[in-house]
Amino acid sequence: MDDLELFREETRQWLEANCPPSQRLPNTPEEQYWGGRRGKFASEDSRQWFERMRDRGWTAPEWPAAYGGGGLTPQQGQVLKEEMKRIRARTPLYSLGLWMLGPALLEYGTEAQKQKHLRAIVNGELRWCQGYSEPGAGSDLASLQTRAEDKGDHFLVNGSKIWTTAADRSDWIFCLVRTDPAAKKQEGISFLLIDMDSPGVSTTPIALISGESEFCQTFFDNVQVPKENLVGGLNRGWSVAKALLVHERKLMAEIGSESPRQEVPPVQAAREYLAFADGRIANSQLRSDLASFEMRMHAIALTHMRGFEERAGGQQSTVGLCMKYLGTEAVKEKSELLLAIMGSRGLGWEAPGFTPEELDTTRLWAGSKAMTIAGGTTEVQLNVIARNILQLPQAPKAATES
Amino acid sequence: MALVLNEEQRLLAETAREFLQENAPVAALRSLRDSRDTTGYSRDLWRQMAELGWASVILPETYGGLEFGFTGIGVLLQETGRTLTASPLFASAVVGASAILLGGTEAQREDYLPRLAAGDLTLALALEESHHHRPFGSATRAELNGDSITLNGEKCFVLDGHSADTLLVVARSAGLPGDRDGLSVVLVPRDSAGVECQRTLMVDSRNAANIRFHDVSLPSTAILGEPGTAGAWLDTVLDRGRVTLAAEMLGSAEEVFARTVAWLKERVQFGVPIGSFQALQHRASRLQAELELARSVVLHALATVDDNPQQLALSASLAKATLNELVKLATNEAVQMHGGIGVTDELEIGFFLKRARVTMQIFGDTGFHRDRYASLCGY
Repeated sequence: MDDLELFREETRQWLEANCPPSQRLPNTPEEQYWGGRRGKFASEDSRQWFERMRDRGWTAPEWPAAYGGGGLTPQQGQVLKEEMKRIRARTPLYSLGLWMLGPALLEYGTEAQKQKHLRAIVNGELRWCQGYSEPGAGSDLASLQTRAEDKGDHFLVNGSKIWTTAADRSDWIFCLVRTDPAAKKQEGISFLLIDMDSPGVSTTPIALISGESEFCQTFFDNVQVPKENLVGGLNRGWSVAKALLVHERKLMAEIGSESPRQEVPPVQAAREYLAFADGRIANSQLRSDLASFEMRMHAIALTHMRGFEERAGGQQSTVGLCMKYLGTEAVKEKSELLLAIMGSRGLGWEAPGFTPEELDTTRLWAGSKAMTIAGGTTEVQLNVIARNILQLPQAPKAATES
Repeated sequence: MALVLNEEQRLLAETAREFLQENAPVAALRSLRDSRDTTGYSRDLWRQMAELGWASVILPETYGGLEFGFTGIGVLLQETGRTLTASPLFASAVVGASAILLGGTEAQREDYLPRLAAGDLTLALALEESHHHRPFGSATRAELNGDSITLNGEKCFVLDGHSADTLLVVARSAGLPGDRDGLSVVLVPRDSAGVECQRTLMVDSRNAANIRFHDVSLPSTAILGEPGTAGAWLDTVLDRGRVTLAAEMLGSAEEVFARTVAWLKERVQFGVPIGSFQALQHRASRLQAELELARSVVLHALATVDDNPQQLALSASLAKATLNELVKLATNEAVQMHGGIGVTDELEIGFFLKRARVTMQIFGDTGFHRDRYASLCGY
């Protein structure tokens, strides 16, 4: 048995012994544990599962052990993922700190920043949110206007951020701010960590078409931020942001391939909601649409695997840049297909008259529309593919600057 | 399962690419077409390909094969897809060889496979009887009378049918068209009495034929394996064909896309390269993403043949349907993005468009494979 197989065997045994049965059921948004000062466990099992994983550093399996991570190789990390998926173990800690800020700090942070923040992220002590977009800076993120003025020993921050996920429940925010208004737009931006408890920070939730309000607008009114909270150097924030966006897109592509939400798989929905004749879905259009969708998901899953195998083998992989686009478009397609399969039962807004799963599916359909907008719209992804993979020439000035 | 090529396979692909670009570029197909070549491929080229071992890639060493597996033959077909090279590689070295390998008796394997491996013998599968793919739709009769059989029936769209030495004829000794039971595959030398072969000139300038069998009399040993049992393995032969054809289609799509992207950078209108227009960039980017999916399903399907045969039907239908849609999109976009020159015979893009349309039909169109995938998944 090679080392990796040995690791798999040990991991399987450990998970078997340590993952409570209740933590092997599909997770609901209400039961996800996001950590932070206001974080609450939905159950004692959820706490136990989180603490056991945390103590092995397996909330951040591939981070260095020196910062509280698991110190696993990418191959071991993949094995852990596979083994968790095998028993359908829940993600013990949901965290933008883990998925986005951490990798950026590992790459760009000072030693002091790593010491201060990484372990707190692994341990789920603080909940982070992201401050990128602004009311006037969406796809054109680099035009952001939130100012951070150098006041000697601190920055003075003024402006507002939008689409700050769960800002009203977060402890800290990582932000892009303008530190040099005179420089070319990408070159005057810095990456700043801000304690949400600082005087002058306030948040307002935004109601969405899905009925949820996971996003906020966050305001900064003369907020003082210590200079030590600058990551990656003054006016160098765009590089950090770009690195971080890669993590965000990867994450969204993964969400695209396996939604963490409780949603009926389309094939199962078809058995429940559609008439069958001789073992086949009677409605030939829906049968064809379902097969077409399932084949696409199959192809996307294989492409994820291929990307992983290429990277593991040290090859350059062009797969990653396409996955956010493919994954999020597929999520929308899935929701549309589910609603078509469920007919009027997929159109309920509130009980009574509908099951909780049906109501979830309807709201997820509305929610899915954000997938191809957040984290870089489909159109921006296609721009990136054109530029970085196909190396097509930049659009004429009139189109990019106006 | 491997979704990346190993060193040997990469090397094979590189060697093949160099060889084909040197000896059989798209211009070679044009010249076969323009000279109305009676064979439809270059026998010289085929001899060279056989010397390189290409005719024996999937065959076990016992029969003189390289035993290089389906990923090996797949990378070769992918390269012939880039150059649109006409040769018996698909019809004979993949489909014909697979039929003998999977359906033949030991004596038949020993008789045919070494000659196939050496490239001395070419085969063609005579399956279709209507204008749509029907694996078990044969009505052609094979009447058994003691030690001999008599064949009667008509086949169409027989790939390489007019040039192959021996035809593998799917015929029925019992049952009705559509039944799996009662099918046999009969080895029929093309020059047998009662075989009437009409070469059909196809839009892709490649080979196909309509063939009529009128009281063709053969010894019963001409039946591959046990009479009436071909239904058990015929679909696996077709699946092997489907996944390798998908590899060829991938090569064509990659080539036609590379040429299109190059054109977008080169062609200037309104004072700028047309590739700087977002309307075209986004279409090219979408194609790039579709190509990524196609690469994955093809590599997966090829590996499935050797490593995970119980999943072959599913992965073959996934691959063929995916590639059907990809080549249609890639070649149509190529023509449109090339503009006026795209519809001229002078430019080679048209050859890709035409070949794409034919490959989409071979061994099942998208509707066929979508339906099959759904049935295999139980809905």
